[in-house]
Amino acid sequence: MLVSVYRYNPEIDDAPYMQDIHIDIPGGKDIMVLDLLQLLKDKDPTLGYRRSCREGVCGSDGMNMNGLNGLACITPLSEVVENDKLVLRPLPGLPVIRDLVVDMSQFYKQYEKIKPFLINDTPPPAIERLQSPEERAELDGLYECILCACCSTACPSFWWNPDKFIGPSGLLQAYRFLADSRDTATTERLADLDDPFSVFRCHGIMNCVNVCPKGLNPTKAIGKIRNMLISQAT
Amino acid sequence: MVTSITSFGRSGLYDWMIQRVTAVVLLAFTVFMIGYMLFNPDLDYQQWKELFECTSMRIFTLMALLSMAAHAWIGMWSISTDYIKPTGIRFLFQSACGLLTFIYVVWGIQILWGV
Repeated sequence: MLVSVYRYNPEIDDAPYMQDIHIDIPGGKDIMVLDLLQLLKDKDPTLGYRRSCREGVCGSDGMNMNGLNGLACITPLSEVVENDKLVLRPLPGLPVIRDLVVDMSQFYKQYEKIKPFLINDTPPPAIERLQSPEERAELDGLYECILCACCSTACPSFWWNPDKFIGPSGLLQAYRFLADSRDTATTERLADLDDPFSVFRCHGIMNCVNVCPKGLNPTKAIGKIRNMLISQAT
Repeated sequence: MVTSITSFGRSGLYDWMIQRVTAVVLLAFTVFMIGYMLFNPDLDYQQWKELFECTSMRIFTLMALLSMAAHAWIGMWSISTDYIKPTGIRFLFQSACGLLTFIYVVWGIQILWGV
């Protein structure tokens, strides 16, 4: 099969370019894209990409495979290869450090903005703050996010305003703390989000839902933040 | 919290709400106009003039006109902040949109009450 890989080493290259590599998959097996990258790296050790857990938990190997963001380690070739060709590019919209490695600073800055930790000013109980099973269930579909940035870098609103729009990933996390029964900073959190950019740049096109490797729904979480803002303000 | 001084209401929620409310008004006006023209295929000037002389129609039309102005401002502002990155050019574009919207509103009122 033919693999076309985005290559850029700022120390050597003047501009990024696509490198075409023909490769035979051993035994014709349906391997994961990450395994394919290892085969490519065996051929050309200068190829750079991030990886760690190789089972879709750490979120390191988010990349753009034939136009769709996803985690290379849990994406089988059969899911993305078209006409025996695979185009691998770094996550769109973020500055490229080298090859498939992107600079995630802007993404993390947005995450930091939403204060991703429990805020509770009441005196802590002797052992722990308890939740009912129903209150705990509110966090399902929110806490599973691994911050791989597949969603935010698939979002045009994040591409145009990565410094102002929090992005689907950060907003999913924002709702994770707004929905937490143990958090007491709901009013302050909402006040921080009520500007024309942070939340309202989301136009609900659902690219985030389309690419999330964990099957989460940031658009739904954003809708719930909006509903909280509306019910607080009317 | 991101500060912005050129958006319609300076609050994302307010802009969002205005955008939805004005969209409903514009939809109602569009549906009414299309319906009116469908039910009056032989529409002549006299009938058209009588329709717009009616106070309720003037209120409805003015409401649609103001809704369009607000709706367009919020939409064009969003587009300008997405696609025009140099602040000077963006501000110029926003000013031009604002001026054009104001002209349309005044002109529209003049037409509406000039019938």
